[in-house]
Amino acid sequence: MSLHRSGVISGVGETRYSKVSGKSVLALHLEASLAAISDAGLSPKDIDGVIPYAGLGTIAEDYVINFGIEDLRFSAHTPLGGASPIAAVQCALAAVSSGICRHVLIPLARNGSSGGRISSLMEEAPQFRAVGEFELPIGAFAPAQLYAPMARRHMELYGTTSQHFAEVAVTTRQHAILNGRAMMTKPMTLDDHQASRMIADPLRLFDCSLESDGGAALVVSRADCARDLRQPPITVLGIAEGHPDSPTAITQRADLVHIGLDKAAPRAFAMAGVSHDDIDVAEIYDCFTYVVIRQLEALGFCARGEGGPFVASGALRLDGALPNNTHGGLLSQAHIGGLNHIVELVRQLRGEAGAAQVKEAKVGLVTGYGDMGDGSIAIMARA
Amino acid sequence: MNIDSLPARPRPTPTEESQGYWQALREHRLAFQQCADCGKLRHYPRPMCDACWSMKSIWFESSGQGTVVSWTVAHHPFHLAFKSQTPYALVTVELEDGVRMHAPWRGTVESLTLDLPVRVVFEGVEDGLTLPAFVAA
Repeated sequence: MSLHRSGVISGVGETRYSKVSGKSVLALHLEASLAAISDAGLSPKDIDGVIPYAGLGTIAEDYVINFGIEDLRFSAHTPLGGASPIAAVQCALAAVSSGICRHVLIPLARNGSSGGRISSLMEEAPQFRAVGEFELPIGAFAPAQLYAPMARRHMELYGTTSQHFAEVAVTTRQHAILNGRAMMTKPMTLDDHQASRMIADPLRLFDCSLESDGGAALVVSRADCARDLRQPPITVLGIAEGHPDSPTAITQRADLVHIGLDKAAPRAFAMAGVSHDDIDVAEIYDCFTYVVIRQLEALGFCARGEGGPFVASGALRLDGALPNNTHGGLLSQAHIGGLNHIVELVRQLRGEAGAAQVKEAKVGLVTGYGDMGDGSIAIMARA
Repeated sequence: MNIDSLPARPRPTPTEESQGYWQALREHRLAFQQCADCGKLRHYPRPMCDACWSMKSIWFESSGQGTVVSWTVAHHPFHLAFKSQTPYALVTVELEDGVRMHAPWRGTVESLTLDLPVRVVFEGVEDGLTLPAFVAA
């Protein structure tokens, strides 16, 4: 038994992405959810499962009372930071394919710009307990600081450079400009990246993702319940989550550049039964430019240590070998915890991606990355 | 809520497992948890040995000698209490005992390289709080 083709993404939705939403986080969750449910051609009362994002303040009961759901049959949390949305899809597929429920809602919304920043959540979340006790007091506060030593070691071991990081930032910005919903619409050059101020060496401002207000949501449906819905269903060929060694403290990890996706990616490709050449489009979690480079290696698109030259070849551009983050990613569209990456992959596979549409995109992959390097991956295709 | 508005320096909240580590630092000693049954060292402190699942532990006194695994330099003032110190470097160190530490670097950034030999020093920063830092060995 496997989750291969065990369910579909039947609907996706987004709110507007902005610096100040003027709405509550719950309202953003509900607005994005309604958009996804409507996109699928469902009624809110059809939702019988929900996986709220752990730590952003909404609970399954919020959806029951706002949607008037009479018999919610399934709820869960998948607390893997930015790897959560894909881990939630995996959880939802298990729920629908085993017959627990039919339509699982997965929402994620934040006032990440006008409200609390991720760094301010770190002192409270249980997954940051070790870092909170031992690394905050010595001056390590933000994700940029926690990931910077991974990037520095990669640079020292393999010759990866800040110019490689710049290629990721510039390409992602170009795609954001084509997207139409992105927060960042001003062209960026390699020089602009190099001139941006240092945040946590080696990570510059333009290596860092945005802080955003907004929300996105999707609906996972049992395959036989999605045949007559509004949109062509997008099926999941392969899916996996992976937890890195020393999952609560990067500094204690024997191999400092190892990430959870190193474990998850081979499992997802094996389940999907596709090769790397079959992947037409990718949406790779991009909280920081370096994290994209390391994931490309973990995914097997290049050997370990060769992520820098791989991106420098132009592979990630719309006309490249692996068009990536065609919506502008967390770096330039909005930081919606990677749920916006799944939304974009679904749109690409439906052929709805507008100016950034990859021609004849039939098979694509999306990744998540969170907390201390948790990883997740889904490989999808039109059903 | 923005972290920049929190003025107090973040202090550790020791647990039953970790209080021996913090107490040793106050005495200018570096101590790591060691499994009382199989002898495996572990850090950060926690209730159980992942090799033999024993919940008995003792404190192993470290030499404080190690080598640099990586580093970062904070330029952005992530926290008001550290604003006056920016830019400041943090080093990840592999101690010869086999465990890792992450601590401030008391040396020039230019001198940092992978595998640079370093040793721990102890800095009393506030009432009852001593923190580790590293210097070139």
